[in-house]
Amino acid sequence: MFIGTLFARRETFRTYSKLTIDECIKIGYDSLFIIAIVSTFMGAVTTIQTAYNLVSPFIPDYVISLVVRDMTILEMSPTIMAIVFAGKVGSNIAGELGTMRITEQVDALEVMGINAASYLVLPKIVASLIMYPMLVVISAFLCILGGYLAGTMTEVITGAEYAYGLRFEFIPFTVQFALTKSLVFAYLVTSISAYKGFYTSGGALEVGQASTSAVTNSCIAILVADYLLAQIML
Amino acid sequence: MIELNQINKSFDGKQILFDISGKFEKGKTNLIIGASGTGKSVLLKCMVGLVQPDTGEVYYDGRDFTNGGKRLKTDVRREIGMLFQGGALFDSKNVEQNVKFPLDMLTKMPKDEKLDRVNTCLKMVGLENVNKKMPSEISGGMKKRVGIARAIVNNSRYLYCDEPNSGLDPQTSILIDNLIKEITEELDITTIVVTHDMNSVMEIGEFVMFMYKGKKLWEGNNETIFDCGVKELEDFIFANNLMRTVRKNR
Repeated sequence: MFIGTLFARRETFRTYSKLTIDECIKIGYDSLFIIAIVSTFMGAVTTIQTAYNLVSPFIPDYVISLVVRDMTILEMSPTIMAIVFAGKVGSNIAGELGTMRITEQVDALEVMGINAASYLVLPKIVASLIMYPMLVVISAFLCILGGYLAGTMTEVITGAEYAYGLRFEFIPFTVQFALTKSLVFAYLVTSISAYKGFYTSGGALEVGQASTSAVTNSCIAILVADYLLAQIML
Repeated sequence: MIELNQINKSFDGKQILFDISGKFEKGKTNLIIGASGTGKSVLLKCMVGLVQPDTGEVYYDGRDFTNGGKRLKTDVRREIGMLFQGGALFDSKNVEQNVKFPLDMLTKMPKDEKLDRVNTCLKMVGLENVNKKMPSEISGGMKKRVGIARAIVNNSRYLYCDEPNSGLDPQTSILIDNLIKEITEELDITTIVVTHDMNSVMEIGEFVMFMYKGKKLWEGNNETIFDCGVKELEDFIFANNLMRTVRKNR
């Protein structure tokens, strides 16, 4: 029902395009730093831990980068980053909309005859759908790069082996799967957080609760959707 | 003119408004007064469509706003300007952008014309050279004035003010009251002010409706209010010594 209200009494395309660009900067560009840091270290740690566990002389070293590649593309970049995304962007959306609600800014829009839900939420959802897949691609790249740097610097794997492992029996469908997941997760995080924020009532305490609830519910939804997508698509 | 016809409203089985009827005339400053928790703000929300009444209708110059279609509601809402209790200015926009917002959203006016209109409205409310300030950088009284400028920028025919004096010092309160009265007369609009401030009643109450526990108990003006003969209203008016003195001196 909430999503339905976003498409009723819409404003002009020009209004939405300007708002969507602003949201793309807030949601995408402003999340780059945290995504970059987490991804790089995640790749580094995965390489070191995989190398630590692969003690058998029968297993070639390039398996390390193969594991890093598949874990990154299938799970870490789309799913773990979605949890980070929920923590940063989801709580921000719920907090912003919740504050607007309790300070009567949402009412002010409604009184002007503007569909507040559509005006405030639709650009956020569209911006997320555009930016999150891009963040996932950047995250995957940095995760693999982090693995390469950690692996070569600690000498658990050579650069050539790492590169060989990345290309070994690569299945392009995994990228398609990751991008599909990223779209679903972006939609879930933004819509759940927007819903929690938009229907906040009370005061500062309730805004805080809405933010927490937005992150918690988004994380649960991500994990459930992750399982369902894996079941359906793989 | 805005007309109310037997408005009733309940929340979770508890009735908040009981058969509220009344007429608010154009060019007059109409006040809805009453103690906190009497349903003034709920009535105001019913009138602007933020809350749907259980029964009853609100008419804007004969147009049935309550039962009208979405198109009618949107059209009427675009003729309404509202000053909220806390100003409700958009935090992410500066003063100029806040006042310009209704023009950006609801009109196809050229940029220069919009800016002229914004500056005219800001001048009307006594604010100049604050265009680029953010809401967090201006005082409470200035926020209210920016709120009034935003409410009238789109040539609104109906102006609602929800407790415009709350949180303001007495001097600024009088300034805001006079500003509301001046704007109502100058623009010839229908203004409704929800307040529990007796100073406002005495200053600008050309029509006053008194509410008590969700019911309309009395209507009149600031001339007749002292002789109302309604105990609840007298208790409300003479809750402070100042008003008792005013009555003695009349």
